[in-house]
Amino acid sequence: MNLDDLEDLAAKYRADAGDHDTEVRVCLAASCQSSGAQPVFDALSAGCDDGAAAAPCKVKGVGCMGLCSAGPLVAVAAPEAALEAGVIYRDVSAADAPDILASTAPGAAPVERLRCPSDMPFFARQHKIVLQNAGIVDPNSFRGYVMAGGYAAMVQALTEMTAQDVINEVTASGLRGRGGGGYPTGLKWSTVAKMPAGQKYVICNADEGDPGAFMDRAILESDPHRVLEGMAIAAYAIGANKGYIYVRAEYPLAVERLKTAIRKAKRSGFLGNHICETQFNFDVEIRLGAGAFVCGEETALMASIEGGRGQPRPRPPYPAEYGLWGSPTLINNVETYANIAPIVSQGGDWFAGIGTDKSKGTKVFALAGTIVNTGLIEVDMGTRLRDIIFAIGGGIPDGRAFKAVQTGGPSGGCVPEAHLDMPVDYDSLKTLGTMMGSGGMIVMDETANMVDVARFFMEFCMDESCGKCVPCRAGTQQMHGLLERIAKAEASRADLELLEELCDVVQATSLCGLGQTAPNPVLSTLRYFRHEYEEKLG
Amino acid sequence: MQRIRPDLPSTDKRWKLVNATMRRNGYAGHALIEALHAVQDAFGFLDEDAMTFVADSLDLPLSKVYGVATFYHLFMLKPQGRHACVVCTGTACYIKGAGALIEGIEERFGAAPGETTEDKSLSVLTARCVGACGLAPAVVLDGNVIGKLGAEALCDRLEQEIAE
Repeated sequence: MNLDDLEDLAAKYRADAGDHDTEVRVCLAASCQSSGAQPVFDALSAGCDDGAAAAPCKVKGVGCMGLCSAGPLVAVAAPEAALEAGVIYRDVSAADAPDILASTAPGAAPVERLRCPSDMPFFARQHKIVLQNAGIVDPNSFRGYVMAGGYAAMVQALTEMTAQDVINEVTASGLRGRGGGGYPTGLKWSTVAKMPAGQKYVICNADEGDPGAFMDRAILESDPHRVLEGMAIAAYAIGANKGYIYVRAEYPLAVERLKTAIRKAKRSGFLGNHICETQFNFDVEIRLGAGAFVCGEETALMASIEGGRGQPRPRPPYPAEYGLWGSPTLINNVETYANIAPIVSQGGDWFAGIGTDKSKGTKVFALAGTIVNTGLIEVDMGTRLRDIIFAIGGGIPDGRAFKAVQTGGPSGGCVPEAHLDMPVDYDSLKTLGTMMGSGGMIVMDETANMVDVARFFMEFCMDESCGKCVPCRAGTQQMHGLLERIAKAEASRADLELLEELCDVVQATSLCGLGQTAPNPVLSTLRYFRHEYEEKLG
Repeated sequence: MQRIRPDLPSTDKRWKLVNATMRRNGYAGHALIEALHAVQDAFGFLDEDAMTFVADSLDLPLSKVYGVATFYHLFMLKPQGRHACVVCTGTACYIKGAGALIEGIEERFGAAPGETTEDKSLSVLTARCVGACGLAPAVVLDGNVIGKLGAEALCDRLEQEIAE
């Protein structure tokens, strides 16, 4: 199969899908489902079948549209049109179905009472590459993905490019790992590719454990084929024939949709043996996590896939050399894989033109906490924090003042008001004492108590420490105890000094990322909000 | 020589589900976590019989099975109540008052996180972020996410569920 054949296939699918001018999209991702999107979908579908709609239209369940706090969301748009080009409705209930269907008639006015302006900054200021299909294609439909241009990058790579060509494009793109570390993806791929031929593995890290981060879940629930396509391209580039997706058991809907996607891709010959009639074989298996944060660390993740306790081991050797069952292994995050197909289709240079000097492309962030628009956004690297929080996020509700934004989860830190004009990329956040992490952003208003926030994260790290190395196992326990005493105003100045010393020791001597970064929330709140600690000292 | 697989622990049909999962993975030792998930899905928790059966079937030492079962937060070694209420204690929910929910539940039902009420009607658990930050504070009641409820409203809802 070549690109022309794929285009013919997409055309055939379009012809089969029938003629309709508009489609009514209902968000069926986890957040909207919890707000009651399923009854809305059922009511719209039933109404459409009964002929309540004025024009030929189709009701379609789609993935995340982004504005989770306003769910359930419904959009009325032309087939395959972008989200902003349509009419978006918020807080829809099943009773609104007849009105929405009536509004699809040619010339009919939109239902103003439910309308969410699609030109508001939340939608208008985003730049969607990873989330290009989210909220537009049906995640359970293989055909929908192909009609939206899916699998073209994979077919192109398999039929027109060598493995080295693919790696060259990814290297030229400047893409860096989206899981938090920011390691150059092209370099990682070429390291694994250079290992002697033999059994190699591709792993997708979907163990999104950072509290307050839900980007990977939304990508998997909205566009699972995009991730599979990225993994298949990676496998082709490094010479692997087997892949694993390690996904949290806390995300049942994402697991369900991934399973469906794998089954349908296999049945259509886009996964499995002789993919698209080429010599390339690639099979993907899902492995469930069981609620251990440390399994997001790559060596712990591999131990868990092998069926053991998810404990990390010292590196080197890196997984690229000695990974799953001792074979060279490529591990990337969900969002990294989701970036691959556009890079292959549109070229590495195109991607390198987006973003900042050292951080290319876009980043998906999950906005949460005390902010008006909670949800998922994708912006260019280098967007200012202030724009993300106040323009796109809509600022702080209830007239309260902004205090800090926490990024990077338990490994990150808090950024105060004074630094909000900093363009966001991997390096700028590091200079502020926090990190990109996987992309969770939790906004806190003036009522937040920073000692309490630090204690919260330390409790998290203490619970999640796997217990293998002493600095992390004992250090987090001691730091938590000290923070508890400070929070209760029972601590002395010597306790604060001890806390700072412990932070240093744990950071320098822990075995894996969890321990090495566990002191970050304390250090960053001490850096910007030291007075809050000192006020509590006796 | 083919190893002889152990007999099912009892005639309970749920063991067949567990066995099917292990068979699908070729009784491979690395599918241990899958097997334990299957046991927990079928029975709600892992007891010694179940762990011994899984260990024998996969040809693993019982110590390894126990080690894995206790390492992961999701595996329960004690029977759970008829209803399970998981309070999300992720950052976003924490900021929006997950602590008050836990206190409220403990006050009304007398069960702290990790405990089950005496009449076995309700188990209270916590989770580190269920990824529903847009609905903070979020609670997962018997698999359904409920969001944006205060402690009072949540407890009323729980009582209603238990009564049904």
